[in-house]
Amino acid sequence: MINAFSLIFSLNPYILSITAVSLKVSGTATLLAALTAIPLAFALSFCNFRGRQALITFVNTGMGLPPVFVGLFIFVMLVPAGPFGSLNWIFTPGAMIIAQYIIVTPIITGVSIAAIKAVPSSIMETAYTLGGTRKDTIFVTLHEARFGIITAILAGLGRALSEVGAILIVGGNVAYTGSVGGIGEGLSYTRTLTTAITLETSKGDISTSIALGILLITVVLFVNVLANAIQRGD
Amino acid sequence: MKNKYERVILVFFLISIFSGCIKQNELILVTTTSTCDTGLLDVVNKKFEEANNALIYTVCEGTGKAIATGELGAADVVIVHAVQAELNSVANKSFINRTYIMSNFFVIIGPESDPAGIKTAKNASDAFNKIAVKKQYFISRGDDSGTHKMEKSIWQAANITPAGTWYLSVGRGMMETITTADIKGAYTLSDRGTFLSMKEKIKLKILFESDMTFLFNPYHVMAVNPEKYPNVNYELAIKYIDYLASPSTQEIISNYGKEKYGEALFIPAVDNK
Amino acid sequence: MEIFRTENLCVTYGEKEALKNIDLVIRRGEIFALMGPSGAGKTTLLRILNLFEKPTYGCLVFEGIRLNGTQTEKINARRKMSLLFQTPSVFNASVFENVAYGLKVRGADKRTIEKKVLNALTIVGLEGKEQQRARTLSGGEAQRMAFARAIVYDPNILLLDEPTSSLDPANVAMIEEIIKRIRRERGTTIVFATHNIYQVKRIADRVGILLNGELIEVNSIERIFEAPEDARTKAFINGEMIY
Repeated sequence: MINAFSLIFSLNPYILSITAVSLKVSGTATLLAALTAIPLAFALSFCNFRGRQALITFVNTGMGLPPVFVGLFIFVMLVPAGPFGSLNWIFTPGAMIIAQYIIVTPIITGVSIAAIKAVPSSIMETAYTLGGTRKDTIFVTLHEARFGIITAILAGLGRALSEVGAILIVGGNVAYTGSVGGIGEGLSYTRTLTTAITLETSKGDISTSIALGILLITVVLFVNVLANAIQRGD
Repeated sequence: MKNKYERVILVFFLISIFSGCIKQNELILVTTTSTCDTGLLDVVNKKFEEANNALIYTVCEGTGKAIATGELGAADVVIVHAVQAELNSVANKSFINRTYIMSNFFVIIGPESDPAGIKTAKNASDAFNKIAVKKQYFISRGDDSGTHKMEKSIWQAANITPAGTWYLSVGRGMMETITTADIKGAYTLSDRGTFLSMKEKIKLKILFESDMTFLFNPYHVMAVNPEKYPNVNYELAIKYIDYLASPSTQEIISNYGKEKYGEALFIPAVDNK
Repeated sequence: MEIFRTENLCVTYGEKEALKNIDLVIRRGEIFALMGPSGAGKTTLLRILNLFEKPTYGCLVFEGIRLNGTQTEKINARRKMSLLFQTPSVFNASVFENVAYGLKVRGADKRTIEKKVLNALTIVGLEGKEQQRARTLSGGEAQRMAFARAIVYDPNILLLDEPTSSLDPANVAMIEEIIKRIRRERGTTIVFATHNIYQVKRIADRVGILLNGELIEVNSIERIFEAPEDARTKAFINGEMIY
């Protein structure tokens, strides 16, 4: 246990690089997901178009999509034998971002739609009676839903940080030579906090696992505390 | 994007993330868990990287997965230990330049008290038979790895289909399988190298190892066929294969583990043709 | 001088006729009360006047322009009005931001906004509360803020749907005072729906009685209460109908 803390506080480069990969992959995936999900939630809430119902069903299915399935799907797509093989993205952080992006986008969309729906229609009506155009009333609704939408993004981030199955498949849990078999002098390439814990635990290196676990739980806790603070500020 | 700076930063960011796709002097090696977990590759690959100014991306999965990944073109080179599967994949032209680099032996490990009495078994399949008859706990890799394939062939030779509450298939790597067996006081089949690296931490002992023919565990390295997948780094793969077979590397292999575990975990090819 | 004229206005929701044959004239600068029991159609009529809904039949003339068609005409017309609901819908922001909304969508500059918002808040007696979170206001304060929000851009006409039904007497008096003051200082036309006879007597110039979607009588205050023309009006005023 003490060993675990000393690994963290001595700023062990392997451990830090793993944390960096986790944050980089999940952060980027969540950012891209938010940029997709919020306009999508917007469109599904306010616009009527052909295929709207199909898209809503798609989003709802996406929320319950088993992550390993996404991992498998992306793997099959990205191997050289597959349709996008020539991109050479298999076993890279980019592939992990794609997988997490697919997992997280429906979550942010779904929660954002709920947040928008929770805004009473009287808000839109009031904006209208005060002389707002339809566009104005939509922006007022989004502004009223802003706390819910931020919560949605943080929920997506938390989900991305906890992901392990899909990124194990498409990322390969690679560390540079020196840490191939576990903690050493090599830095992480596609090894995240979650996949590293899997590896170190299976090798019986418990103190490294605990160090990684503490970091993981700290990051996730931070995200949740932030989400909570925002909700209470509402 | 609010301004030009943000756009520039975003572009750099994207480049840094996808820079894995710039394949200069990079080699994707997919291999089994025993070569990874024992730390052998951390030592062996380093010298190669330095000598060739290259980067090796090592993906540790399991023999079955390694061969499958190579057949899908997602690797440049693989190190595996499942002879029949290897020969099949060479026959269907997925891999070429199959080269023998090292070996060790499989051992049957179990609780020191040896309730199934396999110490006196005549051969490997007899040992398995005793375990099945006594219905002692047996942990199987269950992941189509080289070790798992060997285990299956032993059951087959004994004419037994293992089933029942005593036979537990975990679908995991070698170290994890050993840990599980240790906790349950069960028998399992392991490669000698991995067992030795864990010897200090567990209570299990080697109970049977004297079936040299059956329990021989050779490791081969193979390159993915560039005719099938032109984008593989075949040139670097050949260099790597030559490097592994070279006398200096073979010497590293013959010494690996002596200091830490008392004996070498693997036997180089030169010593054991 | 007319500010509103409806001609044969009808509104039907499926089977239900919410408004039938409404011919109504509202004069500029007057305080007009729309009275009737719940469900009579008062809210519907106000929403039609505010161009919030379209009539099923008939037409609406605002400041001499027949409002049938173009979006631009409609937006320009709407921007000269305000509609206030019984319970105000408060934006999750400061009082200042709430009140400033109407000016913001009209593209006013910061200085104008600041001046007019503070002025409006003073009229409704909420000066000093600009930075307070609007959701923390009491019921009466929120309604007064809604008032400020509705008058900050100097609309020609103020439409109020039972503006004091949910308030205590002190706040009722305050709101009524604000109504009178706005008409006095700015000449704003005010149409308000209510079923409070005493309120009508206190502040209205003219009254229209709405019953089951029909405008059964329109008259000045004195005549309606002393000599109503329609028997139903008399019954309503005497409190004989249940609502």
